[in-house]
Amino acid sequence: MKRLATVTVAAVMAAAPVMADLVFPSLSYRTGAYAAGGIPFADGYADYMTLLNERDGGIGGVMTRIEECETGYNTEKGVECYESTKGMGSLVYQPLSTGITYQLIPKVTADGIPMHTMGYGRTSAANGKVFSNVFNYPANYWNGASLVVNHLLDLNGGDIKGKKLHLVYHNSGYGKEPIRTFEQLAKKHGFELTLLAVDHPGQEQKSQWLQIRRERPDYVTMWGWGVMNAVAIQEAVNIKFPMENFIGVWWSGSENAVLPAGDGADGYKAITFHNVGSDFPVFDDLAKYVVDAGLAAGAGDQIGTAIYNRGFYAAMLAAEAVKTAQKIHGVADITAAMMRDGMEALEITEAVMTDLGMPNFGPAFKVSCENHGGPGLGAVAQWDATNKTWSLISDFAESDMSVIQPLIDEDSAAYAAENGMETRCN
Amino acid sequence: MFYRESGDFSETYPADSQTFPIKFDRYRYYAVLVVAFLIIPFIINDYWANAILVPFLIYAIAAIGLNILVGYCGQVSLGTGGFMAVGAYACYKLMTSFPDVSIIFHILISGGITAAVVALFGLPSLRIKGFYLAVATLAAQFFLVWLFNRVAWFYNYSASGQINAPDRTVFGHLVTGPNTDAWAKYMICLVFLTFAGIVARNLTRGSLGRKWSAIRDMDIAAEIIGVNPLSAKLSAFAISGFFIGISGALFFSVYLGAVEVGEAFGIQKSFLVLFMIIIGGLGSIFGSFAGAAFMVLLPVLLKNVLVGGLGWDTALAAHLEFIIVGALIIVFLIAEPHGLAQLWRVAKEKLRLWPFPH
Repeated sequence: MKRLATVTVAAVMAAAPVMADLVFPSLSYRTGAYAAGGIPFADGYADYMTLLNERDGGIGGVMTRIEECETGYNTEKGVECYESTKGMGSLVYQPLSTGITYQLIPKVTADGIPMHTMGYGRTSAANGKVFSNVFNYPANYWNGASLVVNHLLDLNGGDIKGKKLHLVYHNSGYGKEPIRTFEQLAKKHGFELTLLAVDHPGQEQKSQWLQIRRERPDYVTMWGWGVMNAVAIQEAVNIKFPMENFIGVWWSGSENAVLPAGDGADGYKAITFHNVGSDFPVFDDLAKYVVDAGLAAGAGDQIGTAIYNRGFYAAMLAAEAVKTAQKIHGVADITAAMMRDGMEALEITEAVMTDLGMPNFGPAFKVSCENHGGPGLGAVAQWDATNKTWSLISDFAESDMSVIQPLIDEDSAAYAAENGMETRCN
Repeated sequence: MFYRESGDFSETYPADSQTFPIKFDRYRYYAVLVVAFLIIPFIINDYWANAILVPFLIYAIAAIGLNILVGYCGQVSLGTGGFMAVGAYACYKLMTSFPDVSIIFHILISGGITAAVVALFGLPSLRIKGFYLAVATLAAQFFLVWLFNRVAWFYNYSASGQINAPDRTVFGHLVTGPNTDAWAKYMICLVFLTFAGIVARNLTRGSLGRKWSAIRDMDIAAEIIGVNPLSAKLSAFAISGFFIGISGALFFSVYLGAVEVGEAFGIQKSFLVLFMIIIGGLGSIFGSFAGAAFMVLLPVLLKNVLVGGLGWDTALAAHLEFIIVGALIIVFLIAEPHGLAQLWRVAKEKLRLWPFPH
């Protein structure tokens, strides 16, 4: 068995041709408990790259290539995927898993490949002084936590003293990340925070929702993923919790989270850092060049859904970083190190977004050597169960950086000390 | 023809009772050691180390540990994942608390700590047996994962509850952390596996191993002939825990580098290691290796063939992988209920007679 494996793997590795492409590894998960989120993201990411190839002939004249590798949201398979794709000239990793991100942070730094963890991963990676190769623009979990609280402040005219907020979170690194920020914000604004952990995969939440029913909190917020989202929203409907007081993070704000609960989910809110729907000029191009040509990734039925748009947006930011890198270095066929420079010098303006056919799709922002986290802007989206659409009910607004920045500095300083690292950008 | 005892004379008692009394077996064993220690380290690359060989070596240690408990002593355990977590978190706390001590000692002490914990959870085995014991160890699995999630001291109060392995060296070479060379990772796991294999092999064919087998085959009869069930069962739990703890420590520090307890050491891990020894062969050291190889290498092989070789869709390949691995497990267990080790034993019997089977 082992010898057979040896021979086959060696043959496969020898057969893989070296092509001058811009390689984007996609560590996707189309199987397992988290596939509901993994599929639309991977489809959106792949479709944007296909669109660039079909419409523009790649980026700066070099074709893009997606190397997809199935992780199943499993860290061990994530390692295998990383090792098998890193030698192919991979430009940027986007694992869409906080567990795999933690795993890869030291590895990508050692291998000189950038990693973009948009709205997930290690929040303190926003500090570019410590994390040279990790980017989490335009927003991170701690911005998300602050945006939830800001929304509550808006609803209550700026005073939420004594209000009760319950956080239902996935009992993993992902779900635990925002807790510290919520605790700080609770201290600052005087609301009561209760933590309710839900274990992997999240299908069993009866006791948590029983507790919510008993304690009648004013608001519930959720850090869920995969099947956990749909179960939580169904449970909230079952206990007749007012949906407009239930606010999810962006990963809990997808169609497949709310659809199973039917009309009961009407009014559920989620924060988001990019726009929703498919009412943008770029989607016409997508229909023309990709969907009608039969080149859409996966089943092609995810276009315009919240997480598809996120994958699409992630690919757009990656492509813009490639363009920036091509401009800086004057080479079309860039390397991973050049890609890193491009990401660090990335500037997304309204004009750029409009040119791409995505006006107001996401916030305008600028990455710098010190700040890999972007501005942390976000908006609130609300679910309309009758029309089955999300719509933004607020503008993109700022989060409370006076609370978040000290936390980022503290956590990244701890990481630097643990690993004996010097700070950059001095 | 060339594989037989005849002409292979033992002149001393030690020569007669050595691990591999047949000359051909012995040379094959030496050849494997030479390849593993002197050839592979020079040709290994990152992919082979991180995706294939290091997980294989680490799972083989865990499988040896569990095989001592389940295969040799007959005590069913579903707590392997939790016990590996004990090794991993012990190693993490030791690495961060005593950065000046060599990681070799940390890994060994982690094994010792795990041995103590596993022996503690083995206490119910003196009263309950079979399925009931399995449920008790299942409780250990869930309790330990909950504990490491719940008590922030275990993960040094980090924001996400993840533990990260700092850089550590052995004889001046990095063995943990992102800058580790492929061969260094491979070698440290190989050294521990060789150590585990030799110790386990000699324990199981010594008086302790015979006591374990007696307990496994019929515990009342064993007690009547003078085997103390307390010491036999608890020693099996402790020694099994020692190896499982070492594998957990290596799994965290050398292989993954960052670990989240629920994801890495969940109930799936317990089942995975249990499947390894069932497929490999209960009560066989070789079976532990064969089972670990089967369960680690086959998915990687299938993935490379289906996605890399045939260019299939990754989701389709992942689903097919489940079907193929599952079907192969069933086929193997129907064809040979005693696992791959029994196939190997039968093959050796046939080889002794070959080419004149009558």
